[in-house]
Amino acid sequence: MNSQTPLISINNVVKHFDISGGFLDQLTFKGGSFKLEKTTVKAVNDVSLFVDKGETLSVVGESGCGKSTLARVILGLYPPNSGEIMYDGERIDHLNHEQWLPYRRKMQMIFQDPYASLNPRKTVRQTLEEPLLFHNPKMTGSQAREKVAQVMEQVGVDPAWISRYPHEFSGGQRQRISIARALILDPQFIVADEPVSALDVSIQAQILNLLMELRQKMDLTYLFITHDLSVVQHISNRVAVLYLGTLCELASAHDLFHSPKHPYTRALLSAIPKVGEKKPKHIRLKGEVPTPVHLPTGCVFHGRCVYADDRCIKEVPRLMKLDNGGFVACHGIEEGRSMQ
Amino acid sequence: MSHLLEVRDLEVKFALRFGDITAIDGVSFTLDKGERLGLVGESGAGKSVTGFSIINLISKPGFISRGSIHFEGEKISEYSDSKMRRIRGNRISMIFQDPMMTLNPVFTIGFQMIETLRAHRKITKADARAIALEKLKKVHIPSPEQRLDQYPHEMSGGMRQRIIIAISLLADPAIIIADEPTTALDVTIQAEIMDLLQELCETDQMGLILITHDLGVVSQVTEKIAVMYAGKIIEFGPTEQVVHSPVHPYTIGLIGSIPGSMAPGEDLKQIPGMMPTLTDIPPGCAFNPRCELREDICTRETPVLEEKQNGIKAACHMR
Repeated sequence: MNSQTPLISINNVVKHFDISGGFLDQLTFKGGSFKLEKTTVKAVNDVSLFVDKGETLSVVGESGCGKSTLARVILGLYPPNSGEIMYDGERIDHLNHEQWLPYRRKMQMIFQDPYASLNPRKTVRQTLEEPLLFHNPKMTGSQAREKVAQVMEQVGVDPAWISRYPHEFSGGQRQRISIARALILDPQFIVADEPVSALDVSIQAQILNLLMELRQKMDLTYLFITHDLSVVQHISNRVAVLYLGTLCELASAHDLFHSPKHPYTRALLSAIPKVGEKKPKHIRLKGEVPTPVHLPTGCVFHGRCVYADDRCIKEVPRLMKLDNGGFVACHGIEEGRSMQ
Repeated sequence: MSHLLEVRDLEVKFALRFGDITAIDGVSFTLDKGERLGLVGESGAGKSVTGFSIINLISKPGFISRGSIHFEGEKISEYSDSKMRRIRGNRISMIFQDPMMTLNPVFTIGFQMIETLRAHRKITKADARAIALEKLKKVHIPSPEQRLDQYPHEMSGGMRQRIIIAISLLADPAIIIADEPTTALDVTIQAEIMDLLQELCETDQMGLILITHDLGVVSQVTEKIAVMYAGKIIEFGPTEQVVHSPVHPYTIGLIGSIPGSMAPGEDLKQIPGMMPTLTDIPPGCAFNPRCELREDICTRETPVLEEKQNGIKAACHMR
């Protein structure tokens, strides 16, 4: 950790969703008496991390591991059950709607599906002008138009298309418009939730190049959420690996891809198909991903880990700092257990 | 007729109000026993339509307008619907992309498997159940007997895709066509499913046509690759060669645009523009507006697929 204040830091954030439904759904018969039982999805469990100014932190994990929930909690779209979220040293998670506003314009989000995230009944101008005029009520029409044209140019969409509707654009173009919408307020921090997963490879490369270029030009900080590990390796400074809502490992992209520590990270990395590699030598995990409704005891990964022992089943591993600046939560590594 | 499957000069058109559009334009390839072929391309390139047309699943307004498909020496492209049913799902099976959508949610796995078997041959329920069980074991499903009595919603995505593979194996097919079988799945599960498909091809001498947009997956599993662009095969050859020394500028661009092929942080190679829609394919080489090597001839004449180097065939004037 360096001395400057991280742009975003979250401490022990927990987010559970109550899915138990109404009174009758909660009613269960157990041991001769009726009881009310709540069912909760434990989406994010005690996650702490920070994002430095100007860096790209990627959050990776398989579907259902809580990546997107974590992002939405950071942006204040879901209130956390506990824990705190700091933006540039200020605590923001307990703010009310009005107090949130100045932060909203500094933190923006790019969504996965450019077909669903743009309003089909709004032209590009309406989509881009709305946040601009909302946050800058004194802005004149011509100023707004100028700003919109400038941002469209930046993301590589011809400003002449300003009056078109989303259906007139291809997937890649739409994603550029989503990026323009995120950039229009000159944010500092951008959460990109699977921004290229819905796109074809050749278009994906165009968008990734654009995102990297914008980061440099506009001095942005990214939280990048994806399941695509080759994208992660390409664009991130540091990577956080989530499994069942729990942070397993956090390390610089170089360290993580060259010497992954956590058994889950290792299995995940070994499963990436690489172009030109004939025989896959991936690590097989045993069992299935448990549901976040019934979290395993101890280390959430113990049921699938070949190195797990009694301690892993009973005790939750703590995130510990490694010599190379990374963090890992694993009893095996802590004890120096042989895991080859 | 020594090949298991031979597709010759296949053309598939869709009759629309404003005229016919050509989805597949002169596609030819062969598949032998135990061979694994990858059909690669971006969305709209015609990969899936090629797969569907092999088992004649093209429904109106689409139709095969030219060319032939031979399977085990028989010209199946001319089969009637009822005759085709004896091939489809029996000798040639297909696996689809989304395991959440391909299983019927209101029937148990066992019911669906037994029903499939009994549609293809006269067999008692008990025998069918035994075969179903055997196939579930073959795709490494833990506690297969219990699974037979479960419903699809009780299983994870990876497990369902295994079940679908087991169903496609029920009649011991000679060929499996897998259309993006792992796109909806996580990487660790994708790796397991791909291992499984490869293992099945090796042990049972099954032919596999793997349709995907993921060059990484294809290069691990297949022996031959056909790269499709705007309805045509533009490069065809042994996987090793195509992946390491591609000939066609589109393939080169496609491989270059995969993150991981470059040093982290560096700009990815990008192919400018996007694939043309089938309604306005440019004259000459369909790739010419996006191509760096374009010359006059590319805008006039359509290149043919011809032998280039290392056993690679490519359709390009300039290489």
